[in-house]
Amino acid sequence: MITFIIRRLISAVLMLIVVSMATFAVFFLVPRLAGQTTEQLAAQYVGRNPTPEVLHAAIVKFGLDKPVYLQYWEFLKTIVAGENYDTGTSLAHCPPPCFGYSFHNQQPVWPQMLAALPVTASLAIGAAVLWLVAGIGIGVLSALRRGSWFDRAAMSAALAGVSLPVFFTALLSLALFRDTIPLFPDAGTYTPLTENPAKWFESLVLPWVTLAFLYAALYARLTRAGMLETMNEDFIRTARAKGLRERRVVVKHGLRATLTPIVTIFGLDIGLLIGGAVLTETAFSLPGLGRFAIGAIGDQDLPEILGVTMLAGFFVVFANLIVDILYAVIDPRVRY
Amino acid sequence: MSNTDSSDSFVDVRPLPGTEGYVDTEPTPPAAFLEVRDLRVHFPTDDGVVKSADGLSFQLERGQTLGIVGESGSGKSVTSLAVMGLHKHSQAKISGEIWLDGEELVKATDERVRSLRGKKMAMIFQDPLSAMHPYYSVGAQIIEAYRIHNKVTKAVARKHAIEMLDRVGIPQPASRVDDYPHQFSGGMRQRAMIAMALSCDPELLIADEPTTALDVTVQAQILDLIRDLQQEFNSAVIIITHDLGVVAELADDIMVMYAGRTAEYGPAGEIFSAPQHPYAWGLLGSMPRLDRERTDRLLPIKGTPPSLINVPTGCAFHPRCAYPKLNGTRCYDEVPQLREVDGKHTVACHLSAEDRYRVWDTEIRPNL
Amino acid sequence: MKRKHTVAFIAVCAGLSLAAACGSGSGGSSGSTSGSSASFNAGMTSVVNASNHKGGVMKLALTNTGDSTDPGNTYYAFNWDFSRLYARPLLTYAPQPGAAGLKLVPDLATSLGQVTDNGLTWTYHIRSGLKFEDGSPITTKDVKYAIERSTAYAPDVLPNGPTYFKQYLADPSYQGAYKDKTPDKMGLTSVDTPNDTTIVFHLSQPFSEFDYLATLPQTAPVPPDKDTGANYQTHPISSGPYMFKSFNPNTGFTLVRNPNWNAASDPTVKQLADEIDVAYNVSAADVDSRQFTGQLSMDLDGRGVATAGRARILGNPKLKAQSDNPTTGFLAYFALDKQVAPLDNVNCRKAILDGADHTSLQTAMGGPIGGGDIATTMLPPNDTGYVKSDVYGFLQNPHGNVTKAKQDLAACGKPNGFTMNVSVRSDRPAEVSAGQALQASLSKVGIKLQIDQFPSGQYYTNFAGAPAYLKSHNIGIAITGWGADWPSGFGFLSQVVDGRSIKPAGNTNIQMTNDPQINAMLDAAAKNSDANARTKIYTQIDQKIMANAEILPIVYEKALLYRNPNVTNVFVDQAYGQFNYAVMGLAN
Repeated sequence: MITFIIRRLISAVLMLIVVSMATFAVFFLVPRLAGQTTEQLAAQYVGRNPTPEVLHAAIVKFGLDKPVYLQYWEFLKTIVAGENYDTGTSLAHCPPPCFGYSFHNQQPVWPQMLAALPVTASLAIGAAVLWLVAGIGIGVLSALRRGSWFDRAAMSAALAGVSLPVFFTALLSLALFRDTIPLFPDAGTYTPLTENPAKWFESLVLPWVTLAFLYAALYARLTRAGMLETMNEDFIRTARAKGLRERRVVVKHGLRATLTPIVTIFGLDIGLLIGGAVLTETAFSLPGLGRFAIGAIGDQDLPEILGVTMLAGFFVVFANLIVDILYAVIDPRVRY
Repeated sequence: MSNTDSSDSFVDVRPLPGTEGYVDTEPTPPAAFLEVRDLRVHFPTDDGVVKSADGLSFQLERGQTLGIVGESGSGKSVTSLAVMGLHKHSQAKISGEIWLDGEELVKATDERVRSLRGKKMAMIFQDPLSAMHPYYSVGAQIIEAYRIHNKVTKAVARKHAIEMLDRVGIPQPASRVDDYPHQFSGGMRQRAMIAMALSCDPELLIADEPTTALDVTVQAQILDLIRDLQQEFNSAVIIITHDLGVVAELADDIMVMYAGRTAEYGPAGEIFSAPQHPYAWGLLGSMPRLDRERTDRLLPIKGTPPSLINVPTGCAFHPRCAYPKLNGTRCYDEVPQLREVDGKHTVACHLSAEDRYRVWDTEIRPNL
Repeated sequence: MKRKHTVAFIAVCAGLSLAAACGSGSGGSSGSTSGSSASFNAGMTSVVNASNHKGGVMKLALTNTGDSTDPGNTYYAFNWDFSRLYARPLLTYAPQPGAAGLKLVPDLATSLGQVTDNGLTWTYHIRSGLKFEDGSPITTKDVKYAIERSTAYAPDVLPNGPTYFKQYLADPSYQGAYKDKTPDKMGLTSVDTPNDTTIVFHLSQPFSEFDYLATLPQTAPVPPDKDTGANYQTHPISSGPYMFKSFNPNTGFTLVRNPNWNAASDPTVKQLADEIDVAYNVSAADVDSRQFTGQLSMDLDGRGVATAGRARILGNPKLKAQSDNPTTGFLAYFALDKQVAPLDNVNCRKAILDGADHTSLQTAMGGPIGGGDIATTMLPPNDTGYVKSDVYGFLQNPHGNVTKAKQDLAACGKPNGFTMNVSVRSDRPAEVSAGQALQASLSKVGIKLQIDQFPSGQYYTNFAGAPAYLKSHNIGIAITGWGADWPSGFGFLSQVVDGRSIKPAGNTNIQMTNDPQINAMLDAAAKNSDANARTKIYTQIDQKIMANAEILPIVYEKALLYRNPNVTNVFVDQAYGQFNYAVMGLAN
């Protein structure tokens, strides 16, 4: 097991290096291959109508005049070893993991992402609890009562949930439960948990429900399909033949087998969400990583885009790692 | 009984025997330990009613073994699942009577049947790899089976599980108890399955194709094991198989099934020495025997088993039977009823006794 | 002015907005507390809810983060307007609605600049007794330092602001405060501070509009010992009525009253609300919803409500009475690149101006309310030098003059028309629609256009702003927009029609105007101290550009701004084309 984990860790690190190379290539190499000059690249990082001095300052600051492999090396080195940065009045140290300084607000990127992370984590975890409970519960009931009115209603709702875009349900929920019936007057703003737990909860109820609606729909369909398949398995008949009560057959034998693939999908979904629930955060003005990414793209703020891409990549790789290890734990047939 | 949607809605309000208000409209309980009377299991489908079991009757005593023999699709597994109460009410229409130790099961509540399952009657299945839960250790599955019906601690149940594994011949049971089914060999898995089925000392053991998934040498070991355990526990055993060879030495009685109905039923010795039904002849012909040359040892029955939705008219076997013309159109038009051959030995065939003996003696036996 | 160009108004309700716009002036009866003054466009001509009531928390929101709260490092119009609350420039615009708001008035200074030395020296005196938020005195050294550290000289640290000081002051080789090795970092030789209340600017060339530069936030004092360079934005040391209490680069900041500010010394701003909260990164749709429900005091962005919000305002007389529809000072136009044949021939350019369907272009840009009025000149009405003129008769023939266009083509020697590419920004639906509208109308006169779409991030660096690219790709028409950095003809024209400002990349003179006469007129205006004479020159330049058919003006852009009835002293500051944020308060 230990060697298995070490092996998976090494491949995770390799994955991250590949992610960093791909990210670097997209933002530094591809534009150059497309024929952009150093000045044109630098012009993206300064205001409109820049003087040659401004351009030159940007070229030096971001090392755009250096060979590509050196730029990549600097990029990696900065992440791992940190960097000293001239604020004008003093040398600021950007400790590792250092993703550099934002072009547009001159603040180090990493602390900004760290500040955004709890927001996204709050959103993702709360929504995940909701969608797991609702999605799996509805999926199991639908499978056990296949063809019943409950099954039909739940699966129709699930289809709607999968089809409706988040920004639509988000705006609808805001219009309904904040503007028309002010159940959640503070929705659309965010209060940190550490500041005021009650307000934190209140500010997140609508985002949770909105985000969970989509995923609950997906998970209900997945669970239903998995459950229908599992309940036809021989081992379910064996469990019944032993004289188990039906509840125990369903939960301990049926659900246990159904949930294994769902755990995989869940791990990856959470990994992706922590990387930024872009639409939900935008619609509810939550200052999380998704909103951060949108802002970074809007401002063409390369260090921020790189940072958030790397962090999102990290979470996906990390989630994969956790899922692999978890899978080995929950499915005894997996060899490691 | 699978009761997810019926246990709540279906409540058996009739008083139980022995309580006040009980009206004895039912036939008297039989003397036999297990008696099945006119059992019918029908599955309504969009294409028509599948009559998987259509009027079966048989008896079994403690310490005795019944072999139910037939091709796949002949209704033998459906019959055994009906005895165990494992059909869904929503899918299967069951009628007739199943008497187990004086208690009728078809009309009993789901909860009552469930409480008997695993304790009074147990079942082992054809493919132990798919029949055991892949995510739980073998020990955990035996412990679970034991603790449903016995209020003991986990530690006690675990000790019992190790004993059971030991009893079915698994080496080093104390360490193997924590292994998962996929870590066992096929034969070991079937032994573990048997250990699980026998963990509550059932009085009726149903073995559904217990050796089909195993190779020949292991088959023999498993059959020996079942026989040994039967003698030890004095339980009644039903062995379901498509292979007459499996039950040749084990069974006291044999019931040959075809298309959901009994083709021939009687003591094993008579079935082997003087089979009456052309289908039984076919089964005997396709039975591998060690005392014959490899080249000519199998005489397969021509044709394929019939669809249970569109059962052939008359005798269901007539399209595959070599002798229907001996009876004019009878085999094509009239469903043959079970007729007594000799004492307990009955057969459902329109052929006259003379024809049957003549064909058996002149055409079949010499070629076996 | 480098405001972010108004984005993407799809003309969903062009018909609706036309009808609604006709109802302007009536505005409907309003039941709100503001009484008679609350009507559509009331804030254009009067101060709505005039009040000196103090208290309350002003809640403002932005859909993004703006560029910077550092007064030396910002180019966004709303920041130039808003930063006056904590960073006082030498001069500012009179806090009055209408054209009166274009008048320059002293802020930190005691009067407008005194010009000597044939326009080469500008002297300002600042008020005495002024203090920073920490109680330390404000001196002209702090003003000089602020300019030394601004984008003009230190773009390596603060890259976002304008660079006019470097352009006009006599010491262009100065490396900025952060590389200044002189004691006290007072190395910029072109700015003298003979005493604590006097500051003298020495110019390299006469520049009669230098007073406008004195309104830039870059002239707001920065104490050198409190400067933290790139981090100064997190807490600019206040010289105005409010000071920073907290700052987060992604969620926003809070301002509270500055106890060391003296109202008597600062007539152009007011200290009314107890606190001002600015929330960053609020979704555009939600900014509008919360404005309408009163949860937000105002949208700080000043670019107006989004499409859905506009539909709600125009469909609801009550909301409409609470809104203003000013021109923003922005002109949207197609630049006609003279280096791309056959646009080197003036008649072929005229064919485009005559053939264009101005109504459908206006509709594409968002209609008369969300887009703006059909433009007939280069200078927008906000800037000095604008004179109403319509030499091609856009307004008489709003759907284009096909006959005239065909005559133009014949005169050009292309009676059957020609083929050409037009560039637009792919991520701006309004521009794409405008490209399609132009394509449709010009196809009627035989000019076949193909639309080339480019990402806005590289639009000026690589495509529309790269003359060689336009020429090699037969792109003779490029959509663009411009707004002046200060509301004069010079502020607008100097960046877009001066032949000497043409650059190989990042070019804003896209139509490649390089007329020695126009260049000379701009130089003459810069030297001329007579404002009326300057204004005449600007008008003449505008008329020359139009007569030469160098651009096809589309609309004078307008924004639909919502006034929260609870906010006091609301009016449109014509200099910025949006509400004046420096004098607002809350009714309760």
